[in-house]
Formats: sequence, structure tokens, C-alpha cells
Amino acid sequence: MPSSEIFNVTIPTDREIVVTRVFNAPRHLVFEAWTNPQYLPLWMLGPDGWTMPVCEMDLRPGGSWHFVWRHSNGQEMEMRGEYREVKPPERVVSSESWGPDWPETLNTVVFSEHAGKTTATVTLLYPSKEARDAALKTGMKQGMALSYDRLENYLSSLSV
Amino acid sequence: MTSSDRLDATFAALADPTRRAILARLASGEASVMELAEPFEMSQPAISKHLKVLERAGLISRGRDAQRRPRRLEAKRFVEATEWLEKYRRLWAGNFQRLDTLLDQLKLDDLRTKEKKPVGTKN
Repeated sequence: MPSSEIFNVTIPTDREIVVTRVFNAPRHLVFEAWTNPQYLPLWMLGPDGWTMPVCEMDLRPGGSWHFVWRHSNGQEMEMRGEYREVKPPERVVSSESWGPDWPETLNTVVFSEHAGKTTATVTLLYPSKEARDAALKTGMKQGMALSYDRLENYLSSLSV
Repeated sequence: MTSSDRLDATFAALADPTRRAILARLASGEASVMELAEPFEMSQPAISKHLKVLERAGLISRGRDAQRRPRRLEAKRFVEATEWLEKYRRLWAGNFQRLDTLLDQLKLDDLRTKEKKPVGTKN
């Protein structure tokens, strides 16, 4: 199965980014891996060289979460937010803030199970078109160029 | 057009699956409107409408051949518009691969727990 069938990143509206991925595991395990601070730092790490020394999750409506990532070169990255809705093993809604210079997003993660496989759908909702544009611009400045020979692969993955 | 307006036009253009499929086709070489319409169950006017949106967003342009008016991908513009998304995609791809590994482990643990304790536990 090409990965594009089970992994998609799309921009359905001018305020949203949606990530979809299918996992070969039952829903309660995917939910556990996603919401248990014992497991999250094992996988939500981003590029090579980063670890997640702080992972605090008070998983209930109104509870806060706080993540810190550290690179081997000493650089640190921090994110905070608050849980708005928690419905195991189906759905978690939380706010996410990277600091005062970044727009706060509302993140919704939905888990659905079919034939032993679980689809996770992550929706990031920006407060406004302007906020999303600001995030896009900042991201672009730091972004790495996609080489032309990879373009075709990328396009076909987008087209699924 | 400000750069923010340009981004809007580009992302609006990319939001449609037919237009993404057209871009995917053009990534392998320029093509006439007729050639582009072929794989889709769509009239040429309908395809032309999609092409206009892509053209306005600067994602495609017209070739020199006056008869065929082939469309071609403006790769530079496309890369500019999507590099952020690509970076984001790569970030998640790495995370999800690690999550796959963890889930395999959790499935094994789950199985062992069930073997030991046939009565349902918290997992």
C-alpha cells in the first residue's frame, strides 16, 4: 500500500490544516500512545536530534498540557495548551500555543477504528486567516526547499 | 497581489482534488487541454475552468505551441507555496513511523496481558 493512501496532509479551508494517518492497531492503543505521557515522548519528537524531556498532560477538560523538546545542540522548543474536550478513546480537543509570537490553534484529534485499523485525524484550526498566513510565512522562512526530482512523488501523494 | 493574497490563491487552487490531479499529471511533462481532460470524466470546459484557477494562482502556464497551447507546471511557484506544507508533512511522517513501532510493542504487551488475565483489564 503506498503511504499516500494512509497518510495525508491537506488544507481544506483557509483556517485549517488536516493530517490523516491510518495505524495498524486498535483504537484504544492509538489513543493510549497519543495521550499517555509515558508513551508520547517516545514518538512525538520531530526531526532527528530532538528529545522530549518534559511531557505533562492533565487529560481532562480544563486540564493543561506542557511539552518541552530539547536538541542535542542545546536548543529548546516549548508548547503549552489546555484540554477542552476529552472523550476516550475517540476524541481530544485542545488549544496549542508556541508562545506569544505564534497564533494559538485549536487542535482536534479524532480516532476511528475499522477492521482493527485506526484512522487518526488531526485538525489544526487557526483563529483567523491572518494568523494562518503568519504561521505559513514563518514556516516558509525556515522551510527547506523541496527538490524538483521529488516534486512528482509529492504531487501524486497530494492527489490521493 | 500581496504575498498573502498569492498564498490564498495558491491554497484555494490546491484544495481541489481534480486540480491536484492535474498538477500531478503536469509534473511528468506539459500537456494540452484535451490530454488533460482525458483521464477525468469531465468536459473540456469544466477542465478549462480548473486550469484557469491554477493559472491565476501562478501554478501553471501556457507553452509556446500556438496550436496545442500546452499547459505546464510552474514548479518554482509550486515549491514556494508548498515547502512549508512539505516540511510539516515530513515532521509528521517521522513521528508516525516512531508511533508505528510503539504501537507494535503495545499490541504485543496487550496480547500478553490478555493471555495472563482473560478478564478485561483497563486496556
